[in-house]
Amino acid sequence: MSFLEIDRAVKQFGGLRAVDGVSFTVERGEIVGLLGPNGSGKTTLINLVSGALPATSGAIRLNGQRLTGLRGDQIARAGVARTFQLVRILPSLSLTENVMITAVFGRKAHWGAEARRVADHALEMVGLAGRANAVAGDLTYIDQKRLELARALAAEPEILLLDEWLAGLNPTELSEGVALIRKLHEGGLTILMVEHIIDAVRALCPRVVVMNSGQLIADEETGAALADPRVISAYLGGDVDA
Amino acid sequence: MIRILLPLIGLGLLALGPMVVSDYGLGLLIGAATYVTLASAWALFSGQTHYISLATVAFYGTGAYTVAVLNEALPYGAVLICAALIGGAMALVVGLSTLRLRGVYFVIFSFGLAELVRQVITWYEVNVTGTLGRYIFLDITTRQIYWQMLALGAVTIALTAWINRSRLGLALRVIGDDETVATHSGINLARVKLVAFVLSAVILTLAGAITSPRYVYVEPAIVFNPTVSFLTVIMALLGGANRLWGPALGAVPLFLVFEWLSSNFPDTYPIFLGLLFIGVVFLVPNGLISSAESLVSRKKEAGR
Amino acid sequence: MLTTTLILGLVLGGTYALLALGLTLQYGIARIMNLAYGELTLISAFVVVAFFQGMGLSPLLSLPAVAVAGYALGWTLYQIMMRPLVARSGGGGRLEVDSILATFGLLFLIQGGLLVLFGANFTSISYLDRGVSILGVSVALNRLIAFGICIVAGAALVIALRTTTWGLKMRAVALTPASAPLVGIDVNRIARQGFALGSALAATAGASISMYQTFSATGGVVFTMKALVIVIMGGVGNVPGALAAGFALGLLETFVATAIDPGLTLAATFAIFLLVLLWRPQGLFGGRS
Repeated sequence: MSFLEIDRAVKQFGGLRAVDGVSFTVERGEIVGLLGPNGSGKTTLINLVSGALPATSGAIRLNGQRLTGLRGDQIARAGVARTFQLVRILPSLSLTENVMITAVFGRKAHWGAEARRVADHALEMVGLAGRANAVAGDLTYIDQKRLELARALAAEPEILLLDEWLAGLNPTELSEGVALIRKLHEGGLTILMVEHIIDAVRALCPRVVVMNSGQLIADEETGAALADPRVISAYLGGDVDA
Repeated sequence: MIRILLPLIGLGLLALGPMVVSDYGLGLLIGAATYVTLASAWALFSGQTHYISLATVAFYGTGAYTVAVLNEALPYGAVLICAALIGGAMALVVGLSTLRLRGVYFVIFSFGLAELVRQVITWYEVNVTGTLGRYIFLDITTRQIYWQMLALGAVTIALTAWINRSRLGLALRVIGDDETVATHSGINLARVKLVAFVLSAVILTLAGAITSPRYVYVEPAIVFNPTVSFLTVIMALLGGANRLWGPALGAVPLFLVFEWLSSNFPDTYPIFLGLLFIGVVFLVPNGLISSAESLVSRKKEAGR
Repeated sequence: MLTTTLILGLVLGGTYALLALGLTLQYGIARIMNLAYGELTLISAFVVVAFFQGMGLSPLLSLPAVAVAGYALGWTLYQIMMRPLVARSGGGGRLEVDSILATFGLLFLIQGGLLVLFGANFTSISYLDRGVSILGVSVALNRLIAFGICIVAGAALVIALRTTTWGLKMRAVALTPASAPLVGIDVNRIARQGFALGSALAATAGASISMYQTFSATGGVVFTMKALVIVIMGGVGNVPGALAAGFALGLLETFVATAIDPGLTLAATFAIFLLVLLWRPQGLFGGRS
């Protein structure tokens, strides 16, 4: 039994099958990249795992526990944490409060000083220590991303879902971001990351799964996947139609 | 410490009010205390979650009508408890059906709820019990009504303060900002919203029950007056619906303005109220307290 | 008995459908949840009655003028009131809250004005109320006319939305306001037109209703409530859905009024509303959630 099992997951919107029978697994402690051209269904799949969308059919299991059919908050309390493609921070809460909520309402259900401690630790891990009382709405883009990551970490999750977390960063920020994710993984965190930036994927993920038009077209070692003709034509178009 | 002491002293002074004011003044005090309670209870739910409830008078009127129906059958305390239970049950039904959905459905339902309750009660009274108007003959003095309302208002604000420090309060604020983030943090949206909504509704119902003896003669059309819902919202908005003292700050002056307008312009005051409401939505959308805070912080920035 | 209910229900439904058409445009295209919608209808009803009683002008003749005036009023309201809110909110959920609050205030403002101008009494005229026999059921001519107006207006709107470029733009803005500018659509202009058209439809509905319905200055809330329920039931922005839901509501109400009790029609409306919300929140025919 694998840690995260995605078992013939399907998501249908009217006539469109955004996720079309996708199956793969992630072992505990792995860091796996989820690749694919735009519109291939990657974020939809992440949404299925985190419970943001209900699956049309299929099953998703974490540690043997069935996630499909549960409410989003139940899935969060099962240990699933994520970041969003468009950063979602809470403008009326302070930085600490923004991060604290997953510690308070997540599995571990901390409160008071303990919750603050967890939040501060998470802020430290992402490099935002000492700014606990800043107004969340005033942060720069990269800092907002860090904040969102800290919030996910404060949940003390079993698995972290990153939805193009490295997008929109300049080269310096990008290498800092990659280093941060590597540090988290080395600390034992299981990570499934949707990403477009191939260099980052090569640097971080020994294994990738590739989607195209809702279907899984590759599930192998990163170097092999990126040389796979099916993957290449999915991104660039060609004989095998995308 | 001073945060508790100051309000307590203020409460004590207000409780002494009836000793020094005239009967008319006492009426004003009751009205102001009622609206402070209504606005604060409204803000307890709607202020944080941004689920705008337009149903204040549905609960207020139910409270008043419960007293009208039961006042000769049960002792006063039991009547109040009944009113609270009925208000809570109504809120449960409304909440369970609409709070799982998008906010706008809740607003729409709350918009028509008062009208629905009024019609149902009217139908019932006309067809089943045969008495449309009812009398309240309770041996309660105006002062006692005032003190009860003052107590209810104090409890409401104290409850809000306590909730603000609690997990429920944090959850409500998160829900108000972003429900997706709330869910993904492990917050059970429906349950949190329901708890806050029911609490708020029970207080609104009790407020109606407490003030009902002042009506003496009660009829659905009288106690389900849409102006109550309207005033409650604008008062909370004006002061600041997500601040502890915001609703109270908005309620007192607006109540006095309303009294003055309705006595001097009995036909045209709805026009002024409507304009005032629109003005608040456009000019002070986050309430006066927030505007004052940003003004102060902007001056600090400028002075640096 | 069943035929009577059916015929009368459909005729009533036609009126309701017409009433809801305007609101579904305003909410679907302009994203404004207009709680003052019923009041806009009332303005038109009062004006038509005033023309009739004052100058003997037939409601059928004043209807086109009132519809045009309704368009102008809606256009102005959008420019002055809604546009700043749209700009301020960035078009998201905040806009919904803001538009609800602003139109709630507008409701009282208009109601206050109507009370001052026309008083709080019930008003009615009975214009063309002689009976016409449909399948053995006697239906008032004015209700039939209102039904006819609804069919014409509804059909015209559906056809225009489906076949014209303008209709295409409208539907684009209703579906994805964020992407519409990418194909060169001036979202603000389309939203304003949608709102104004909705207002014109409200005025048309008001004029039709005034021929046979008793109304008062404080009756706007019930109109708005029914329109809201129909819009939600039919799926927001879904014109054919609103038409179908309007008919359904008319049938339901007539059935409840004849078989159960006329005093419980609003309760029945609410009950249906709740059922739809619990079972299919995107509306019986809606696609957009």
